[in-house]
Amino acid sequence: MTQFPIGRRTVIAGALGSVVHGGASFAAEPIKIGFSIPQTGGLAAIGLQALLTMQIWAEDVNAAGGIIGRPVQLVTYDDQSNPANVPRIYTKLLDVDKIDLLVTNGTNLTVPAMPIAIQRGMVVFCMLALAVNEKFKYGRFFQTMPYGPRGKESISEGFFEVAMAMTPKPATVALVGADAEFAKNAVDGAREQAKKHGLKIVYDRTYPPPTVDFGPVIRGIAGTNPDIVYVGSYPVDTSGMIRAARELNFRPKLFGGGMVGTQAATLKGDLGEMLNDVVSYELYCPAVAARFPNVEAVLKKYQPRAKQKGIDPQGYYVPPFCYATMEILHQAVTGAGGTDQEKIAKVMHATTFKTVVGDIKFGPDGEWDHPRMLWVQFRGLKGQGMDQFTNPAAEVVVSPAAYKTGELRYPMGLAKQ
Amino acid sequence: MSNLRFWGLMGVLIVVVWLAGRLVTNEYVFFAGYAVLQYILLATAWNLLGGYAGYINFGSAAFFALGAYMSVALNKLVELPVPILIVAGGVSAGALGLVMGYLTLKLRGVFFSIATLALAIVFQAVITNWSWVGGASGAYVMRPADGPWGGSYVEYLFYLMLAMACGSVALARTIERSDMGYGLSAIRDDEGAAESNGVPTLRLKVLATVLSGTLMGMAGAPLPFYVAYLDPPSAFNLSYAVNTIAMPLVGGTQTWIGPVIGAVLLTAVQETAMVTISSASNLLLVGLLMIAFIALAPNGIVGLAKAWKKGETHDAVSNRSAHRHRGRSG
Amino acid sequence: MVDPLAVVNAVVAGVMLGGFYAAVALGIAIAFGMLDIPNLSHPAFVVAGAFSTWQLNSHLGLDPVVAGLAMAPVFFGLGWLVYRLYYVCFERRGEAALQGLAFFFGLLFITEVALVMTAGADYRSVVAPYIGVSFTVGSLVVPQRMLVPFLVSVVMIAVLHQYLLRTFTGRAIQAVAQDEVALRLMGVGPMRIKGLAFGLATATASVAGALLIIIQPVEPSIGREFIGRAFAAVVLGGMGSFWGMLFASIILGITESLVSDMWNPSWAPAIAFGFLLPTLAFRSSGLLGRKL
Repeated sequence: MTQFPIGRRTVIAGALGSVVHGGASFAAEPIKIGFSIPQTGGLAAIGLQALLTMQIWAEDVNAAGGIIGRPVQLVTYDDQSNPANVPRIYTKLLDVDKIDLLVTNGTNLTVPAMPIAIQRGMVVFCMLALAVNEKFKYGRFFQTMPYGPRGKESISEGFFEVAMAMTPKPATVALVGADAEFAKNAVDGAREQAKKHGLKIVYDRTYPPPTVDFGPVIRGIAGTNPDIVYVGSYPVDTSGMIRAARELNFRPKLFGGGMVGTQAATLKGDLGEMLNDVVSYELYCPAVAARFPNVEAVLKKYQPRAKQKGIDPQGYYVPPFCYATMEILHQAVTGAGGTDQEKIAKVMHATTFKTVVGDIKFGPDGEWDHPRMLWVQFRGLKGQGMDQFTNPAAEVVVSPAAYKTGELRYPMGLAKQ
Repeated sequence: MSNLRFWGLMGVLIVVVWLAGRLVTNEYVFFAGYAVLQYILLATAWNLLGGYAGYINFGSAAFFALGAYMSVALNKLVELPVPILIVAGGVSAGALGLVMGYLTLKLRGVFFSIATLALAIVFQAVITNWSWVGGASGAYVMRPADGPWGGSYVEYLFYLMLAMACGSVALARTIERSDMGYGLSAIRDDEGAAESNGVPTLRLKVLATVLSGTLMGMAGAPLPFYVAYLDPPSAFNLSYAVNTIAMPLVGGTQTWIGPVIGAVLLTAVQETAMVTISSASNLLLVGLLMIAFIALAPNGIVGLAKAWKKGETHDAVSNRSAHRHRGRSG
Repeated sequence: MVDPLAVVNAVVAGVMLGGFYAAVALGIAIAFGMLDIPNLSHPAFVVAGAFSTWQLNSHLGLDPVVAGLAMAPVFFGLGWLVYRLYYVCFERRGEAALQGLAFFFGLLFITEVALVMTAGADYRSVVAPYIGVSFTVGSLVVPQRMLVPFLVSVVMIAVLHQYLLRTFTGRAIQAVAQDEVALRLMGVGPMRIKGLAFGLATATASVAGALLIIIQPVEPSIGREFIGRAFAAVVLGGMGSFWGMLFASIILGITESLVSDMWNPSWAPAIAFGFLLPTLAFRSSGLLGRKL
């Protein structure tokens, strides 16, 4: 089984291990990269993936000679998925550990770090966070997920584009989401989209995340007989919604939305054929693997270790973009010739970064200059099992046009096809 | 401890902390100090009802979150100084305490506890569906960089919390030594007997609930400025309920110093574990130490110290009699 | 106009859901309702049960319910150990249940972290023939994923109830809550009986965990969601009354289901709990309970 040393800075030990391994070539002080990450509590499933990817990145960088001749060292603590712990962790990182660079993850775990970063002029390398900078308008904030400049609308734009291309055009929509930050924003964005496309909203409700049985929710939606259903959900409830819809044989013309969880290998494998015809978003999937050939190498290193640690064994969702965040950090520090935050910020705004997930250029708000969420439809799945998702045909990209690998199939069919 | 010595020590403590704070350039100290003081305030507040009267409140998070959300709501309307928000948070949470007190205090023991739990759940649903304060998507609260008296804003919040924590401890000590304190402990020992002996049980319990709720609401009021973001899952986080109950138990529920010791000890342990152990095992250590403390000192650290002191003078005193002997330390 | 059929469907779904809540609450009904041990970590034990079910299901292909039953003896042993520790630390010294709260909060964290460390933080689920299919009578549709847990839960409660009523040990368990001295006079050590009862309570977590993972995917921290519902069901059911607890669970389930279906799911738990508050006020010893 996995070993879990209860020691100080296990992470750093890992990174330093490869420093020593790299030989005596490092005379310079390490570049300390500090971040808070959820390793326990509800967000741990994602946090631990990000952590492992960053460790892999640090090993890669140190093996190749570090950044500007300096090794990198990761300094990290577990925030227990609780935002109230975040301010203390970042002040500790900055004032006591004297980190050189600051990385954040998640929306509710990034916001508490923002005032501290702003006060000290630190560049914020952020991932997995939605529309944080809309309120802060901080010139040194950069977020790697491809939401683009319109923030929360990006989690529904593609979905509605695809939906409106159906013939006959849908007339009614049901919006449903979990009572929590990401899902709520997703549904808020979807509401705007529905209005924009002139759809009649026949159902617009939320449910608490700990809901156990989603049958009643699905029945409530089915009672309004909508053409399309947009769901904003988190992993456990994504599974609950899809299962309930299948069990009650609820099949609108189009079912899907901003469903977190349809990216996670174990959940997908568990749902299996129930996912057929469901439309959700992806950041990366085998269907687009040929476009981003360098992701493979990252996943090759990630997968065996993830399996051992009991986290997402395929890693299509978090690791590629997390690795890209660190590549950006690498290139920015190299470009700035050091860790001067002002110089790094300048480089961040001026550069188009080459990463494993393609070229990334940040807009003035620190988000991607254009959205690149992939909208996929699940197809041809049989029974259960996650191995079938390595097949590029299992998830057909239906939007955006530049990445399209197939046409939307509608109306929603039976699970067994 | 005599009154003079108590107030003298308290004054010296505040001055020393303030002077030390002036010398500190490391902001982390204020961030961590704030957490310690916040829990001293919460634990002391909980103990007014839980420790003195024996009524276990599982709904602390509701009062704490009400204070926090009161700040969010008022802050949206008009920019107010934090002390005013603290007063507003305290008053509203006190009012909630009054309502809850009248509704639930006829219930005894676990029924009261479950009622407080239900209250927290209902209240969380209200906040979640109240989009004015951000609802489920959460509210952003912009914290100014500098406090009004120089120094950083968090330093300012730290001193506000220091004042509130000291005030709550003084209040708890005063109550403990007043008729109200004796009345509450009579309720804890045997409510029926207390009532037949003319103790105005319902009035005392409601008063304790109001005071306890007020203090918890005050503790929550600065939270949005501290975290900069508030959503229902973090305002109602399980860790607040756990800590406000565990801290007085670990420290000792019979005297005012118990919750203080418990809060300082547990927060220190949690904080140290969190910012030194990089892996998930930090929470494991916290869990183990929590069990170890409560197992080694079932009457709290105060109870242990008392038993030990007694054991020195007399020969053998069981823990049990130390427990029965209601502390008059301080 | 409200469709009566929709109401029937919602009520049936609520009954199923309530049955599952009762399975989670059963261990608390024994530990807290009968022994006065406030085992707040029970829902975390349930999640541990779900993880052990997952191990047996994914490696040996055992049916989840069978796996839950198979692991029950192990959980019984663990529960017995926890009780020994609790006894040594608190009960032996005559301490009230209050201190136990901190003890079990600590245990809750330890269980959660232990799961993260041994099984990882990923979502786990099981394979079984009844997952994903529904049982249909006319227009009444019941997902078997909810039906199986309901049936198993009711059977488990009935069996334990009979055990408490009909066997000597069972009656001793009931007696221990009321009169320890009398029990001693009967020549039974209360400590042994309580250890046995707490072991039984923990063993139910293994089965309840199997039911949980049949219904939904599981990750280590998910147990926290059930603490409130489970304790509420036990207290409202009247502390230690199994049928009262099942009844209270089903009321919770039906209220949640009806509110979700007919009105707004967001308010479902709040209304379910809000509904219980007046019950507390009017029947202060619970729905069907022993007097406290």
